[in-house]
Amino acid sequence: MNRQIVKLFAFIALLFAVLVGFTSYWAVFDAKALKEKEANKRPLLEQQQIRRGRILAADGTVIAKSVAKGRGDGLRYVRRYPQGSLYGHPIGYSFVRQGDSEFEQFHNDELVGEESEFSSILDELLGHSQEGNDVVTNLDPAAQRTALSDLEEAGFGAVVAIEPSTGAVKVMASNKAYDPNRVPYELEKLNRNVIETPLLNRATQGLYPPGSTFKVVTAAAGLESETITPETTIDAPGTLEVEGTPLQNDFNESFGPISLDTALTNSVNTWFGQLGQQLGNDLLFETMEKFGFNSTPPIDLPDDEVYESGVSGEGGLLTARDPVDLARVAIGQERLLATPLQMAMVAAAVANRGKLMKPQIWNRVVDPDGRVTERLDPSEYSQPISAEAAAELTTAMEGVVSEGTGTNAAISGVAVAGKTGTAETPGNVACGGGADENQAWFIGFAPADEPKIAIAATVECTTQFGNDVAAPIFRDVAETILNGE
Amino acid sequence: MSSARNRELVALVPVAILLTAGFAAVFAQESTRLDNLSLIYGAYFLAICVATHVYLRLRLPNADPYLFPLVALLTAFGLVMIYRIDDGLARDQANWFVLGLVLFALTIQFLRDYEVLERYRYTIAAAGLLLLLAPRLPGIGQQVNGAYLGVKLGPLAFQPAEFSKIAIVVFLASYLRENREVLIVGARRVLGVTLPPLKHFGPMLVVWGASMFMLVFIRDLGSSLMFFAAFLALLYVATGRFSFVVIGMAMFVVGAWFFASTVPHVHDRVEIWLDPYVSPEGSGYQILQSIFAQADGGLFGKGFGQALITIPGTDAALLPAAQTDTIYSLIVNELGLFGACGVVLVYLLIAARGFKIALLAGDGFSKLLATGLTAVFSIQAFVIIGGVTRAIPLTGVTLPFISYGGSSIVANFVLLALLLLISDRARREAVEPAGRALALGGT
Repeated sequence: MNRQIVKLFAFIALLFAVLVGFTSYWAVFDAKALKEKEANKRPLLEQQQIRRGRILAADGTVIAKSVAKGRGDGLRYVRRYPQGSLYGHPIGYSFVRQGDSEFEQFHNDELVGEESEFSSILDELLGHSQEGNDVVTNLDPAAQRTALSDLEEAGFGAVVAIEPSTGAVKVMASNKAYDPNRVPYELEKLNRNVIETPLLNRATQGLYPPGSTFKVVTAAAGLESETITPETTIDAPGTLEVEGTPLQNDFNESFGPISLDTALTNSVNTWFGQLGQQLGNDLLFETMEKFGFNSTPPIDLPDDEVYESGVSGEGGLLTARDPVDLARVAIGQERLLATPLQMAMVAAAVANRGKLMKPQIWNRVVDPDGRVTERLDPSEYSQPISAEAAAELTTAMEGVVSEGTGTNAAISGVAVAGKTGTAETPGNVACGGGADENQAWFIGFAPADEPKIAIAATVECTTQFGNDVAAPIFRDVAETILNGE
Repeated sequence: MSSARNRELVALVPVAILLTAGFAAVFAQESTRLDNLSLIYGAYFLAICVATHVYLRLRLPNADPYLFPLVALLTAFGLVMIYRIDDGLARDQANWFVLGLVLFALTIQFLRDYEVLERYRYTIAAAGLLLLLAPRLPGIGQQVNGAYLGVKLGPLAFQPAEFSKIAIVVFLASYLRENREVLIVGARRVLGVTLPPLKHFGPMLVVWGASMFMLVFIRDLGSSLMFFAAFLALLYVATGRFSFVVIGMAMFVVGAWFFASTVPHVHDRVEIWLDPYVSPEGSGYQILQSIFAQADGGLFGKGFGQALITIPGTDAALLPAAQTDTIYSLIVNELGLFGACGVVLVYLLIAARGFKIALLAGDGFSKLLATGLTAVFSIQAFVIIGGVTRAIPLTGVTLPFISYGGSSIVANFVLLALLLLISDRARREAVEPAGRALALGGT
């Protein structure tokens, strides 16, 4: 009988191996899929048990916090946003049933105190329960408030303000705003509002024709490639025939042979159209891509909530190999679309002597004991233009504010460099389909000689020009930030 | 001889450490301050184990030294897990542990010559069947979740299947010891399949019938599977005919198939097993939550006391029957795949020691009894762990020595006592081969 007993034991061992196999499958191999099952409420319920860390503004203002509800076994935490709709963008929301978005989603691991499995074992042995870390942002509450209230007066749109030397995002405002505290009650209603789209972060998801603000990119490409120097003159007639359609200056004004300063100051379309044609696809697209076009901006927000800027085609964004109307791309038309974040990055790169820093909303992570565990380490994304070309471009942009199309951006006692933009957007559904609707822009930085802040401001659905609605927003936000320094 | 007992004593030390550490971990979770109560619990447990050890040293000096520490390990582990769920339940369980040890000692005391069991084998078989039937008897029977598993006699409630498994293994071991020769010799080959002789087919049909009966009347797929598997294991060891096992399995599958499609309760269990997502909030809730709890455990688990058992703020179960059926899922959740593998490994080691006893045993009855007891124990662990991991349909049997439940712990300590009795004799004979071994006539 002994032989059979040994075989029987082997069989029992096999059965136990099957058990280990099944356990491994559920606990490890299939675990991720199981956690995402609709019927599985466990991950959500567990998340409620963790006190999620706070999100703070640069000055310590609490933007998001968790409050305890119930006691004992019923204890759970719920998210509160004491500043209401002021930081709905870019902070987003985090609720058990409605899920999470934007900054809350991107920084989830830090906020819930997620650790590697090994260090969590150590915590268990020491009897620590999981606790969330605070995340301090670069956001400037006074400037954020200025930006949002200006926008609410001007119309739907967005403002992004970046510190050029570090990439720190000090303002990101989007109108129509929403109050994240309302999300548990009216998420569906917010989603259904396809005209105002309050849940859309227009700063990163608003794709608008950049209009004349794009001339900064065209000029950068010209200077960097040495296609032009500040002294080069190009004859700028009132109208330029391009691909069978006339390209006109405002009021069809003819300028004759002028250099970059005059062309940018007066936003001369025919001048920049010709520069675009001289540059050719390769040079213009190369510069655009170095400024961040044609890729997702490297900001700390979820990829699917940050859109790429560029010339849109049927199957996605066009590249240097695609045939485009270069003269119109050069002045920010054709099918060129850019987000306010992207245009703020353009301004920031010029401001930072040609170096584009990665824009980041977060500044540091602080653990429950008050120790800083991680700190933003500013890093360079690219260098689209040389310091020299940036200085030349800055001079031209100063002319825009001091004597050109952007005089409303001027701040007394501070040199401002910038560029206006007004793109015609007739038939825009969001604006009610009117024929005279414009997308008004202003991008720029201040102080021009030692830039502290670079800003892009844009307003949809306006009959006015960039200098009328966008430049004042730039001025207010820039002043607020410079005064706060 | 005392070397075996010394090894047992040494093996108990890590058990006591584990228990103390476990209680300490639960305390640390619950009250943030480390209470010396955990040390007291650990000390109590160790004292009881040492007392049992001393008793074994006196009565069964040659018995296997590892079985008792392994079982103590499972019990200690179970106590900690149950304590973590509810300290009231843990107190009950601790009392049953002590009661189990009393019955353990009584069994060793009065069944030293356990072959007397052979003489009463039909009585024992009848008692075993009667126990199985009891839950259907009016007045004392109890229905739990559609299955008839419990009996309530005044203040005393118990699950008779836990005890009848021992009775039935005793009967089968005795019956097969006597008839194994004829079963082997009388077998004929029909159409290339070796069939048992017709004359001896009857009693086997009875066992099959009993299993089917359990399926229909007790509606307990788990116990039915456990009993029949133990029977097939014994039949195989006794006759060495694998074909008998194949025939038996075929019969069980056909029968189970038939009844699974006719008896609603059994049918539901199988349907849920095949597709639990059809009713995630209803009949599929338990198995799905069991798997979800495991998914949350990962490799190392969330740590003692970290799992959610009820939905916070309510009394609604997030992991139904966490202290009994799904305790394994709770272990996976809190201790991860590694912790669960440790538990399975302990069961495997117990099986190994049990079969080792069967290998060493001198006479046929001892061999078959040790085999049967070990098999039924191991298969019980397989049936419930397989159930909560969706390897097989989920049925309500307990995880031996870990699950909350008096009947289970007491019955399994009686089972352990029998194994140690067989072991003590086998190892004594191995040391003094000249004496009683010949007189008894070894195999």
